[in-house]
Parts: sequence; C-alpha cells; structure tokens
Amino acid sequence: MNRWRRGPAPAAATGPDPGPFVMEFRGVGFTYPGPPPVTALGACELTVRRGEFLTVVGPSGSGKSTFLNLAGLLDVPTRGRYLLDGIDTGGLRERERAALRGRRIGFVFQSFHLLPHRSALENVGLALLYTGVPPAERRDRARAALERVGLGHRLHAPPGQLSGGERQRVAVARALVGRPSLLLCDEPTGNLDSASAAAVLSLLDGLHRAGMTVVVITHDPEVAARGGRTVTIRDGRLYERARPA
Amino acid sequence: MAAAATRMSVRDVLGEALAGLVRRPGRAVLTGLGTVLGVGGFVVVLGLTATLSARIDGRFSMLTATEVTVEDVAAQRDPYAPPAFPADAERRIRVLAGVEHAGVHWQVRPSPPVGSDPVGSDPVGSDPVGSDPAAAGPAVVAASPEAVLAMVPRLQQGRLYDDFAERTRQRVVVLGGGAAARLGVTTLSTRPAVRIGGEMFAVAGILGDVARQPENLLAALVPRATAAELWGPPGAGAARMLISTETGAARQVAALAPVALRPDRPEFLRAVPPADPRRLRAGVGADLGVLFLLLAGVCLLVGAAGIANTTLVAVLERAPEIGLRRAVGARGRHIAAQFLAESALLGGLGGLLGMSLGVLAVTGVAVARGWTPVLSPAVLAVAPVVGLVTGLLAGAYPAHRAARVEPAAALRR
Ligand SMILES: Nc1ncnc2c1ncn2[C@@H]1O[C@H](COP(=O)(O)OP(=O)(O)O)[C@@H](O)[C@H]1O
Ligand SMILES: [Mg+2]
Repeated sequence: MNRWRRGPAPAAATGPDPGPFVMEFRGVGFTYPGPPPVTALGACELTVRRGEFLTVVGPSGSGKSTFLNLAGLLDVPTRGRYLLDGIDTGGLRERERAALRGRRIGFVFQSFHLLPHRSALENVGLALLYTGVPPAERRDRARAALERVGLGHRLHAPPGQLSGGERQRVAVARALVGRPSLLLCDEPTGNLDSASAAAVLSLLDGLHRAGMTVVVITHDPEVAARGGRTVTIRDGRLYERARPA
Repeated sequence: MAAAATRMSVRDVLGEALAGLVRRPGRAVLTGLGTVLGVGGFVVVLGLTATLSARIDGRFSMLTATEVTVEDVAAQRDPYAPPAFPADAERRIRVLAGVEHAGVHWQVRPSPPVGSDPVGSDPVGSDPVGSDPAAAGPAVVAASPEAVLAMVPRLQQGRLYDDFAERTRQRVVVLGGGAAARLGVTTLSTRPAVRIGGEMFAVAGILGDVARQPENLLAALVPRATAAELWGPPGAGAARMLISTETGAARQVAALAPVALRPDRPEFLRAVPPADPRRLRAGVGADLGVLFLLLAGVCLLVGAAGIANTTLVAVLERAPEIGLRRAVGARGRHIAAQFLAESALLGGLGGLLGMSLGVLAVTGVAVARGWTPVLSPAVLAVAPVVGLVTGLLAGAYPAHRAARVEPAAALRR
C-alpha cells in the first residue's frame, strides 16, 4: 500500500537517499519585514516522518498560514534551516524552489483556488502543466485522480456546477495527481458544511493510510481531535504534547 | 540541482492563453475592439489609396499622355481682343517636333437646329424640342480635318472630310454615332443629308467611336471654314486646339505652343499638358492617407491602451490563479509568457478581424463606385502582425507585473 509514497527511488534519478523525514524545521523563523516588522513564527523545531499525518492547530493569527507558506516553499525562512526530503532548501534559487514545489508538494487551500472557467479535469491537469508531462498523460492521470476522490462522473463540470465538498475534492485530486512527497492542507474544511468536511477529512485519512504524508492546518479543535499527531501553534510558537505510540 | 526544473512548452503557453480568452469571449471582444478598429482603419486607408491610384493609372493611359489642349484665354487678358487662334494656326503648330495632328475646334453657339427631314419641311426637325438643352438636337461642332484626326476617330461608315472640303467650304458633315441614331441616319447608301440651320449638309461619314473628347459622338462635326462662313467666328474663349503628339513630346509641345501660335501675344493662349501621374497619385495619398492613417494610428494606440489596461486589471483580478500556478511549479517567466501570449493572441485576432472588416469595407466602397478594388498582399500579410505586435507591446508591462505577484500573498485571498 505504498502507492503514494516516494520510497527509495533509483539513486541516479533523485541523488542522495531522502531519508526518513519529509519535513525538517531546524530553528526556522519568519519575520514579515513590515514596517513594523512582525515575527509571525519563532525559531521552530519540527520533523515530519514519511507517511505521517500531522495536524497543526491554533487560533486565528497564531501563524498557521505563515507555517504553511514556509513548509510549501512559498516563502523563504528569515532564520533557521528547512529540509524537504532531506534537501536543504536554504540558498536555493527561485527556479529550484519552483521545481521542488511543483514536484514534491501538493497544496489544498481553504478557498479551493480552482480556475472558474475550466473543467474539473482541466483544473486537476493544471498541477502537471509545468512538470513536463505530455498533454495526453496529463488528462489520463487527472481522470484517475478524480476517480480516486470519487468524482469520476463529474470530469467535465466547471467548479461553478459543483458543491463546496466536491470542489474541495477536486482540489485534493489536483494536489495528489503529481504524486508529491507532502500534502499541505490549509484549513481544508474551513468553507464546508460538517457533512462535506467529514467527507474531505476521511478522504485525507484514506490517502494517509495509502502512504501519503499529510499535514493539515486548522483552527478547528474538532478536526484536531480526530486523532493522530497534533502540534499546537500559539503566537508563532509550536507546542507538541503527546506523541502517539 | 534539487529537482528537474519546471518548464512549459510553447503549445501549453498558447493553450493556456487561448483557454483564458475563449472562456470569456465577451470580454475578449471588448478588449480587442481597439485593435480591430486600428488595423481595420489601416487596411481601409491603404486599400482605398491603392484602389484610387490604380484607377488613376488606368485612366492615365498612353492616350492622355500624348494629348495637349490649347485654350483661347485672350478675352481674360483683354475684353476687346479678337479670337486668339490665327487662321494658319495648324500650319504654325505643325512646325513643332513631335506633333502628329493638331486642329482648332469649337462648338457653334447658339446651336443651329439640326434635322433629317426632306427639303422644305420645318428646319427644327421632327423631334419636339423641349426646354431641356440635352433634348434639343445634336450640338454642332466646327472642327478642322486635323482636329477630327487628333480625336483618334473610328469610322462606322463613310469617310472624314478633308482639307479640300475645308478650303472650299463644302456643306459636309460627319455625324457622331449617337447623333446619327437620334437623327435616324442609319445608312449612307441612300446619300442622306441633314438640315443644319437653313442649309443642307451631305453626310460624309458616321463615327463609331472617338478615343479623345467622346462628347463629340453626340455632335455633328462640320469643317471649320464652313462653320465660320455660315455662323461667324467662335465666341470669346470657345475655340480650342487639340494636339496629339508622339510619346514623350507632349510637355515640350505644350511649353512651345503659345509662342509658336502667337509669337506676338503668347499670353493669349494657354496650353494644358497632360497631368503628371506621379503627382496625381501623390495627391491622392496626401489627401486621404495622412489624415486617415493618423486616425488609424490613434485607434491602434487606443487599442493598445485597452489591451494593456484590461490585462493589468486581469493580473490583479487573477492574482489567486497566479498564486496557484506558482504553487504547482510555475516560474515567474511561465506566468509572464502566458499573459504575454494572451494579449498577443488578442491583438493578433483583433488584427485578423480588423483586416477582414477593412477588406470588406474597401471592396464595398469600390463595388458601389464601380471601381476595381486593389489591395496589396503585403498589407493583408502585415495587418494581423501589426495587431500581434500591438498586443505584445500592450501586454509587456502587465506580464512583467504578473511575473512578480507574490504567490504567498496571492493565495491568502
Ligand atoms: N504580509 C504580512 N505582513 C505583516 N504581517 C503579517 C502578514 N501576514 C500575516 N501577518 C501577521 O503574522 C501573524 C500570523 O499570521 P498568519 O500566519 O496568517 O496566521 P493564521 O493563518 O494562523 O491566522 C499575524 O499576526 C498576522 O497579522
Ligand atoms: Mg490563515
């Protein structure tokens, strides 16, 4: 059941062994330049193992989105070191960061971020547009990903014709179609009713059981209470209570 | 290298740009309207200019290039001056090099009535004469034999009158084809005669066509001396001399004619040389071209501003899309390429549409006027490119802005 795991790939293709950690924050901090400068994240230590399901929970303004932007290589830490799949991302140029983003990270956002005038199939295929996958293969893989999230019957529907829960499932399909090392979800249930939220969360659970490394960021303690490893964030600091055995 | 760099094929850039346009056709049409008008304007101006130039070239045949007219302007210089052409005008002008035929002619006024009735009947003719001067019988034109030759006549029947007829002031007439039909003269085998004023004139010939001064097809031509004897000299300024020259001699002949004819008072005569075709064409270009090309340029500028503005607004509006594309691996240059391709495509399609409308307009005007529409293929090839380049230039700044959208901030929305 290691379908979604990157696993020990051929050495020639990926270089050094990625090791057991997908994410390593080594004293990572981030300060918005301002003025006035705002330190949204202090010096954080955090590691996420391959195949783990991590929930980061905290109130609004605690630094959750900042954490996600750093983990997703959308922002550069102002201090500390961040290793993704064992690769030190410090000092990488933008084109290398874009490549890592596109190939190793899948994003799920609270507001879905689907292109309004494109079909579900095209929206999912977009995640492969920049990675050199030919168009026909893009379509096939997008269809497979949509079938995987239970939307095989809605391939050609534009987002406007989908319910909130369906839209988020399209977004999940888009996040996993590139077979990333890490699925980063920022408030994935924030815009959904409880039934749709439960469906999306069980979908993420299923992906995790199939081997995917999933990080869910939420302000909702109920989401966090579903079990698994939970890290609390408050005023830009991470607190970890118990580690499940 | 941490991972293979992300990339985007030209096909994908165009695909994304096209998808961006066709999903919002209304907005695309409005955005491209300025380019449509600008390029359309250029095509219309260039097309009409070419069409008019071709028309002038067509009219400016060999025939007009070898034609000189000398006008009697004596009355303008001196109200009491007699007619300016001397009696031996034709002998004097034939001295000049390059002259083929030259002869004096004028329309006899008041026009004597012309009829084909037998002797003794009403001299006005059988046709009821209305107040409309066009309906009043054929004009009577006094023309020396040489003047008739200078018209390049083609005889339908019979022959022209000659110098002997002129010298002896014979009552002979050559009828234009139209005039003959009106008078009911269809054949010369019956030796017909027509009544002009009070006199009977034998019909010597019927003209099928004349290359110069086609109005004479509706006239009755009589020898100059005969006309002068019967109805007196031409009125002030009525006489003209028609000269046909050899190729290339017309301007020279025109320059020398007044002095050759009237060495004492050359200013009593004005020679009209053929127009310079290059100057005519330049005139058309200058009249129409400059103003309308300017207008078309303004349209194109407005079109570019329209594309630039809409694309810039779209960049701000589509910041989340840009953020998302960056999140799935797009680099700034991929984003820039997509927006640039969108505006270039919009400009190119606008140019194509504008060209089509311009061609329709030129063809419509030409057909309505009975002209042959002329459009150079270069204009047709360049028009969409002009639109494309307009779109590219207009999209440059918005594309630059799009490439610099911060993905993290854009995705926060
Ligand atoms: N662009 C920014 N410039 C300055 N401060 C910011 C910016 N974005 C977020 N912040 C601040 O950083 C802190 C953390 O923000 P954020 O990571 O968005 O929190 P959360 O996602 O948990 O609500 C907040 O105090 C917020 O005001
Ligand atoms: Mg947030």
